[in-house]
Amino acid sequence: MARKVLTLAEVRDGSLRNVSFEAIAAAKTIAEGGEVVSVLVGDQVQAHANELIYRGADRVVVIEHPNLKFYTSDGYSQALKAVIDKEQPEGIVFGHTALGKDLSPKLAIKLDAGLISDVIAVEEAGGNIVFTRPIYSGKAFEKKIVTDGIIFATVRPNNIAPLERDESRSGSVEALAVEIKDLRAIVKEVVRKTAEGVDLTEAKVIVAGGRGVKSAEGFKPLKELAEVLGGAVGASRGACDAGYCDYSLQIGQTGKVVTPDLYIACGISGAIQHLAGMSNSKVIVAINKDPEANIFKVADYGIVGDLFEVVPLLTEEFKKLKVHS
Amino acid sequence: MMFECWQLKQLFEEGNDVNIFVLMKRTFDTEEKISIVNGKINEEGAEFIINPYDEYAIEEAIQVRDKHGGEVTVVTVGSEEAEKELRTALAMGCDKAVLINIDDDVEEQDQYTTAKVLAEYLKDKNPDLILAGNVAIDGGSGQVGPRVAELLGIPYVTTITKLDIADGGKVTVVRDVEGDEEIIETSLPLLVTAQQGLNEPRYPSLPGIMKAKKKPLDELELDDLDLDEEDVEAKTKTIEVFLPPKREAGKILQGEIADQVKELVQLLRSEAKVV
Ligand SMILES: Cc1cc2nc3c(=O)[nH]c(=O)nc-3n(C[C@H](O)[C@H](O)[C@H](O)COP(=O)(O)OP(=O)(O)OC[C@H]3O[C@@H](n4cnc5c(N)ncnc54)[C@H](O)[C@@H]3O)c2cc1C
Ligand SMILES: Cc1cc2nc3c(=O)[nH]c(=O)nc-3n(C[C@H](O)[C@H](O)[C@H](O)COP(=O)(O)OP(=O)(O)OC[C@H]3O[C@@H](n4cnc5c(N)ncnc54)[C@H](O)[C@@H]3O)c2cc1C
Repeated sequence: MARKVLTLAEVRDGSLRNVSFEAIAAAKTIAEGGEVVSVLVGDQVQAHANELIYRGADRVVVIEHPNLKFYTSDGYSQALKAVIDKEQPEGIVFGHTALGKDLSPKLAIKLDAGLISDVIAVEEAGGNIVFTRPIYSGKAFEKKIVTDGIIFATVRPNNIAPLERDESRSGSVEALAVEIKDLRAIVKEVVRKTAEGVDLTEAKVIVAGGRGVKSAEGFKPLKELAEVLGGAVGASRGACDAGYCDYSLQIGQTGKVVTPDLYIACGISGAIQHLAGMSNSKVIVAINKDPEANIFKVADYGIVGDLFEVVPLLTEEFKKLKVHS
Repeated sequence: MMFECWQLKQLFEEGNDVNIFVLMKRTFDTEEKISIVNGKINEEGAEFIINPYDEYAIEEAIQVRDKHGGEVTVVTVGSEEAEKELRTALAMGCDKAVLINIDDDVEEQDQYTTAKVLAEYLKDKNPDLILAGNVAIDGGSGQVGPRVAELLGIPYVTTITKLDIADGGKVTVVRDVEGDEEIIETSLPLLVTAQQGLNEPRYPSLPGIMKAKKKPLDELELDDLDLDEEDVEAKTKTIEVFLPPKREAGKILQGEIADQVKELVQLLRSEAKVV
């Protein structure tokens, strides 16, 4: 059954977040041959429209308004509701990002719809579109289907493979004029804590430090290792609470949920709230001086030892590898 | 003259009272081992707790009441067993508890169901402030708070780490957005969802536990809310629950640290193929 499916694209620091492309890939599966329409919302975002076409969207609808400069659920829901009313899609996909999490339940109510959140896989099976999502802090998974109404889902970043970029694709880009008004919550100020350009949720390699790193200075060897691997630095709550690094690096249930190819946990004990944010990583390496630490239970490879000895040696070894290849 | 002053003061204070509701979920303690029996998560003998993010919501509600006056009602949609968690919330300092038990009426329940039931209960209670957790650690969707706000037609702010209510109902909120902070201005009535860092939830005190036994705990069913089963019928359905494939026991490397490091790099390259 061919369906028309809408996706929401997200722009951050002037570029499209990868999850925008992953949402398109998920939408293709749901569409079963139907049309995929990506929606770009913001203040001066039109320039990204073609990229969405290259990534698989058949059409792009752009809604620009000064009141959409900062995300608010009121503003964005007015924009999205206008496109939905016009396009009458049978499916919708957002990223399960701060924005997607905040906006999707509100729209679901407006559409009197169900919503399947934090999806890590989508497939067609037995005549249904079946979604897989983690439950119980990542310790189990469930498969869900929509039984009534529009198929609405949010996808966890870095889990659904985007389609191959294809510059030969073309499609129409339309602007839709929507009046955005009566915002009941106003963003007065955004305090940036994250370094520009690094999006932990998109990183292929993450080197994460915990309380075992012992100081802000202690993160230095981790940064060096991340650099050699072209990865990003993350942290446990323990390290953030101790003031060794900023909360923007936090990985876990309260922080960012990440699924890199390689996760190197240094001086992290492996509390369930931390595991909830990283246990889906493809390969996990644990470096901890306590052989009983819980993190070893989810690790593919473990080194029992002092991270201040192990991490610099690892950096050296990877450097050698780089020179050879 | 004195009398009038006193009257005015009281009027003012009453006018300031904040009518507060906390949405609380009883959850499986996910620190516990999880197994599946007959296609469902095995709850036999499992430990249940107040969803940790709802503890922050409860604490904040109590602090707002103590500062501005008013009353805190904690509400849950769940089974009879949730009485235990409601009593804990009362022992922490909530004033009233409400258990909406739809076990007998509803077979399939999803976030659509839960939010509809909660909103139906709240719609004639004139809430000024509703607090929820940002996510339940078991179901993990983070939908219920915003859904309830939208059903009630009030604004919401999710994942908050600070809440300030000024006289007159102006509200300033700090919101955690993937590690960045947004300072947001809004007003009552309002729904917020709690993020870790909002406060340090208190433990119930012994006198608190004694008092809680005498505090009102009402139980409602779907009928009491003028809702039929069809009104709250789930829009989604779980067709399978499964555990992740057993990870092969990780390889703990042995020998001199320098050799372990060399071996690890080799393994990541040739076995795991991630570098
Ligand atoms: C509601 C709630 C939400 C939470 N959300 C999160 C979350 O999102 N993310 C998160 O991470 N936590 C979260 N937590 C906190 C979590 O429970 C743990 O407290 C936290 O993850 C511990 O951090 P840690 O592993 O760095 O510290 P610790 O548990 O103290 O572990 C430090 C580890 O370092 C090792 N170590 C020490 N020195 C060295 C050395 N020189 N070399 C090698 N190893 C060494 C030790 O053996 C130990 O295993 C949450 C808690 C609650 C209640
Ligand atoms: C008898 C029964 C049968 C169920 N059957 C199904 C089923 O067939 N399929 C299915 O998918 N799920 C089922 N559930 C689970 C249930 O539908 C969801 O857990 C619930 O809707 C909340 O979703 P969530 O866990 O994603 O919470 P989230 O949306 O992540 O919760 C966020 C916040 O909302 C509030 N909240 C959430 N739930 C409640 C609640 N119950 N009462 C008060 N406040 C709450 C809390 O403040 C919480 O912190 C069933 C639950 C029960 C009790």
